Parts: sequence; C-alpha cells; structure tokens
Amino acid sequence: MKRVHGYLAEFESPKALYKAAKQARDAGLKNWDVYSPYPIHGMDAAMGLGRSKLPHFVFFGGALGLATGFTLASATQTVVFGKLFSWLPGGLPYPTVVQAKPTDIFTTPAFFPIMFELTILFSAFTTLFGLLALMKLPRLHHPLFESDNFARATDDAFFMCIEARDPKFSRDETEGFLREIGATDVELVEEQI
Amino acid sequence: MADATPADATDSTNKVIPTILEREDLVLNNRSFGWITNRICGIVENRQPLLWWLIFIPCALMALIGVGGGLTYLVLSGVGVWGNNNTTMWGWPIVNFVFWIGIGHAGTLISAILFLTRQNWRTGVNRAAEAMTIFAVMCAGIFPAFHVGRVWMAWYLAPIPNANAIWQNFKSPLLWDVFAVSTYFTVSLIFWYLGMVPDLATIRDRCKSGIKKTLYGMFSLGWRGGNRQWRHYEMAYLLLAGLSTPLVLSVHSVVSFDFATSVVPGWHTTIFPPYFVAGAIFGGFAMVLTLMIPCRKIYGLQDMITMKHIDNMAKIIALTGSIVGYAYLMELFVSWYSASPYEGDAFRLRTLTGPYVWAYWIMMFCNVVSPQLFWFEKCRRNLWVVMAVSMCVNIGMWFERFVIIVTTLPRMWLPGEWGLYSPTWVDIWTFIGTIGMFTALFLLFLRFLPCINIAEVKWTKKEADVHHDEHPHPGEAIDEPTYKGRRDDGGVEGSSSASSELEPATTS
Repeated sequence: MKRVHGYLAEFESPKALYKAAKQARDAGLKNWDVYSPYPIHGMDAAMGLGRSKLPHFVFFGGALGLATGFTLASATQTVVFGKLFSWLPGGLPYPTVVQAKPTDIFTTPAFFPIMFELTILFSAFTTLFGLLALMKLPRLHHPLFESDNFARATDDAFFMCIEARDPKFSRDETEGFLREIGATDVELVEEQI
Repeated sequence: MADATPADATDSTNKVIPTILEREDLVLNNRSFGWITNRICGIVENRQPLLWWLIFIPCALMALIGVGGGLTYLVLSGVGVWGNNNTTMWGWPIVNFVFWIGIGHAGTLISAILFLTRQNWRTGVNRAAEAMTIFAVMCAGIFPAFHVGRVWMAWYLAPIPNANAIWQNFKSPLLWDVFAVSTYFTVSLIFWYLGMVPDLATIRDRCKSGIKKTLYGMFSLGWRGGNRQWRHYEMAYLLLAGLSTPLVLSVHSVVSFDFATSVVPGWHTTIFPPYFVAGAIFGGFAMVLTLMIPCRKIYGLQDMITMKHIDNMAKIIALTGSIVGYAYLMELFVSWYSASPYEGDAFRLRTLTGPYVWAYWIMMFCNVVSPQLFWFEKCRRNLWVVMAVSMCVNIGMWFERFVIIVTTLPRMWLPGEWGLYSPTWVDIWTFIGTIGMFTALFLLFLRFLPCINIAEVKWTKKEADVHHDEHPHPGEAIDEPTYKGRRDDGGVEGSSSASSELEPATTS
C-alpha cells in the first residue's frame, strides 16, 4: 500500500532554488522544504522562516549551569550556605579543610571557574539536545529516502519538496507549479505503509 | 575587500564604481561541488595508501607499549617508577599534560574564534584541527588521572562526596582544572560531532547497503539537508562557536592557575593566563601545520588546503609566537624591576646559572627566534620552511613547559631541599606512547571520517552564494559569508536597500 509523500523537484543551481523558494513562499505553501548540500545564504528569508528558537533554550540551560555551579560550590564549602541543605540525607556537608583555614567564609570569587565551566557545559548540552529536538532528528527513516535521486541532496544537487499534507497540494497541479517555478525534474515520492 | 578610493562625491552623473579587490580563491581550479565530495569521501571509501599502514602500525605499537604498558606498570608498582621526587613533585607527567592540552587549543580556535571572525579559510582545516583537539585532550587527560598515585581513588575528583563523605575543595585550581578540562573535552566533542553530521550523511548516501551504510546512517541521525534543519543547525553552530571561544580562553587560563596561584617564585605571576593561552594557540597551530602539510600532499587535497591556508596559519604562528616572546621578555623584566630577590634569583637560575639553562635557551630559540621567519612571505609559502619551523615550535613548546616546571621546582624557597630532576624510562616511554596514541588516533580519523568539512567548503565557493554574480555595490564585499537573519520585508537580508532593485519585485 503506497501513500504519496509529495513531489520532489530538482533545480539546476542554488540561485534557481532560491528564486523558486520565494515563489513557493508567496504562493502560501506551508508543508514544504528545500534541500541542499550546504546551507544556502538567504534561504530562511526566502522561505519565510524566522530565526531559530534555539538560543532561548540555551540561555536557560546556561543559567541552570551557573546556578548549579554556585550552589554546588557554596553549599559544600561554606557552613553558612550548607545549613540550607542540611535537611538532605548526610546532614551538614563536610567541606575540605585546607590548613585549618575557616570554611564559613563566603569566598564566591574562588568559585567563579567552576561556575563558568558549568555554565558552558550545560549550555553545550542544551545546544545539542535542543538542536536534535528542533530538527526532529534522529529520524533514520523518511519517505524521501525512497527516491534514488535524493541521495544527491548531500552531494551537489538542489531540491524542493512539496508535501502531500499541505492544504494547497494537488496531485495534478503541484507538478505544473513546480515546473513553472523552474524545476528541471519532478518526481512523485511515495512511501510504503 | 572593498577598495579605498571613494567615488567622486560632487559628480553624480559620472558614478565611479570602485574595483573590488578579489580575495584569493579558497577552492582552487574551480572545482565543482561533486569534485569536492568525491575527493574527500574518496579518502574514506578507497583503500589507504601504504604510508598509512607504515605509520599506523608503529604508532599503535608505541601507544600500546608506552601508554598501555607504562601506565599498567605505574599502577602496579606506584608513582615511584616516575622520576618525580620531593620538591620536583611535578615532572614530565605534568609537562606532558600541559603540552597536550595546549595543542588542543588550536582546534577550538580555528573552529570557534575564526568562525566568529568570519574567516572562511578555516573550512579547509577545521575538521582535522578539531579532531586533533579531541585526541590531544585524550592524551593530556591520562596524566592528571594517573599522577594522583592511587588511581582507583581518582573518582574523588568528581563533584560527589568522597569515601569519607567529605566534599572536594572547590577553591583549588587543581579541581578547577578537572572541571575545565572535562568541559573542554565534552564541548569539543559535541562541536566536532555536530559539525560532522551533514558530512556523515554525504558518506551514507554514497554507500551501497551494508554495515558501512548502517553505521554512517546511524551517526548521521537521518540528516536530509533540508533548510528547516539547516537553520537550526547553523544557529547551534553559532552558539557552540560562541560558547567555545570563552571556553578555550578559560581552559588554559585555569591550567595556568595551577602554577600562578601558588607562591613559588617564577610561578606566582599574573602574566601566566594570557601567556599560556597564547602559547597554547602557538603550539597548536604548529601541530595543525605538522599534520596538514603531509596530509594534503598524500591525499591530494591541495585544492582545498591551499597555500593561502598555510600562509594564514603561519601568520597566526608569527603573531602568537611574538606574544609568547613578549611574555618571556616581560617575565625577565619584572624579575629585575620587582626588586624581589627571590624572583630575580629564580630567573637568574633559569637563564644563566642553574642546572637546566640549556633547556631555557632551546626554548628561546625554538619559540622566539624560529617563528620570526614567518614575517617573510617567501618563508610562509615555502612548505619545507613551514614544516621545519612547525617542528621547532612543537619542540619549543614542550621545552617551555619543561622550563616552567622543572627549572622552578628544584630551586624553591629552602636551599636545603634543592635537588635535581631526571625522568625515568617509564616517564619517557609513557610520553612516547602518547605521541604514538595521538598519531594512531589521527590516522584512524583520516581512515573513517571525512577529514575536511565537506558542506562548509562547498559553502565557501563563490558559486554557492545566490548573489555571487550580481553587480557588487561600493562598500560591500563580494561574498557575504554568514547568515544574518530575516528582515521583516521578506527581502534579501543583510544588504542595503539599494540592492533590492536587483531583485524582481516580490509581494511581501
């Protein structure tokens, strides 16, 4: 049983794809994408997409890292702050006493390297997982992989795919539209279900 | 680069369009996208040259004997098998640690800082440099882990209460080191891997079915190259570059704090953080060149790692070498100007009268004198000279750390405890083992992973830009390298309003 995924159109150059993308955007299409071996400069605006929301996630990840660094270092080194955590199993945390120096001083500058490194670490993890979530990867199977020609999307070819679930998709007219905006080759991509 | 001569302001009918000075091409001989893919993927897909095996086998053996054997002997017998003694409790192991960590910094600088400063030439070397970072940090991490003595208690370094329920001393630079180096390794790994995802997809798409396709398919996460993915990907790349920049500056600063926060004369100086960071970049670039010059010849990558790339890297070596030279001279100046008898004595011992004076002058020659050749363009573009100076710098940077540690520790505050240090064969073999490990890992990387960032090199070609053949405007560079974000009118972002006349009017 096959289901139509959409039309995959090949374009001869990034410029042709860019122009076509603007026309597809202006035609009001929603479920479509362009495929290229490298990110085409200006394509986001041509597709009508805004900036990625990833920095928002990363900011909170970094803030969490900063707070973790501060809490970890302060709660365990200073009796002052450690009292707040004395209800945890283990009771009041034991700091390392170095050469009888007092441990109830709040030496926050000494904790800056730890706070800084944890900020970067947590930000990096958030970037990684946020990116995977936003890209909706890993997704090892996708209907487009059924097309043999599509393998060239990571090599030297430029494609646009208008998906069947788009409200403006029509089996007869969309192919014509794609040829109108400059496609050199249009293929119907179907998936097995 | 826009030309400096201004158009004549008073003459509006006779507009002069200034000539745009062309940049040197980053991909020579007008190679097509397909050629780039074939050349780089070909290294992974085809058989390796004999030279690969001739270098890999000895290096793998060196790693096995030196690192595997040396460390096993160390753990079984104790730290006494190393040359460390009382006052010189940090000998070759910590010299090696700082040496390897320093080498790693060039990779992050190329990936992150050169990305933020829009140096497109980085795309030819960034993948290999990042790989070099990962392997260098692996080699480096061995030493602090094993120099603790009782390695089975190394988990005490993790931020959890130890066996006596005591927490770590978060005020200690040694622990800051643990956090900094672990963070550096993790973030570099994330950056390197994410950078590889589109290229792994390229290799996947060229594979016929089989175990190779499955593995490359898994690690490329199902990447399709859609713009909806690229936009998040580009943002993540920018964020990681922005995070890695302060990281690379902080990690070697934290390593320098191991020394600078002590009270030992010769160590207790505020110049250490910038001096170490500049030195790390210096040594790292020398290692990148040492690796890249043979690679480009053996694998035929000269059209993508061009003389311009080598020229630029040599310039960075000249710059950071000069900073390092300045730092050495400043140390000497301050040892006199401070009028501190201990500081003065420390440097007199280092440079003139102590037992390791030979090491100091090797360091000075290799690090200060040899890179001065790179002021001359003929030297920067002569591969033999570049290779020779890079090797000199690698050696010099090892000696710098040797001088810092081994000339200072045997001559500390109490003359009664002055001694000497010499490495044992276990020290030497472990270090040789790490060199073998580094080289072997790098060769494995060349064998299995794309050694140049395929997608980015394609992106730097002039044809990749959709506006490349349009009429350039005064004051605007011909190639706008980076994505600048959407403008609300849906038009071409980043350009002046004058360029909209080039586009057919679109409804927005």
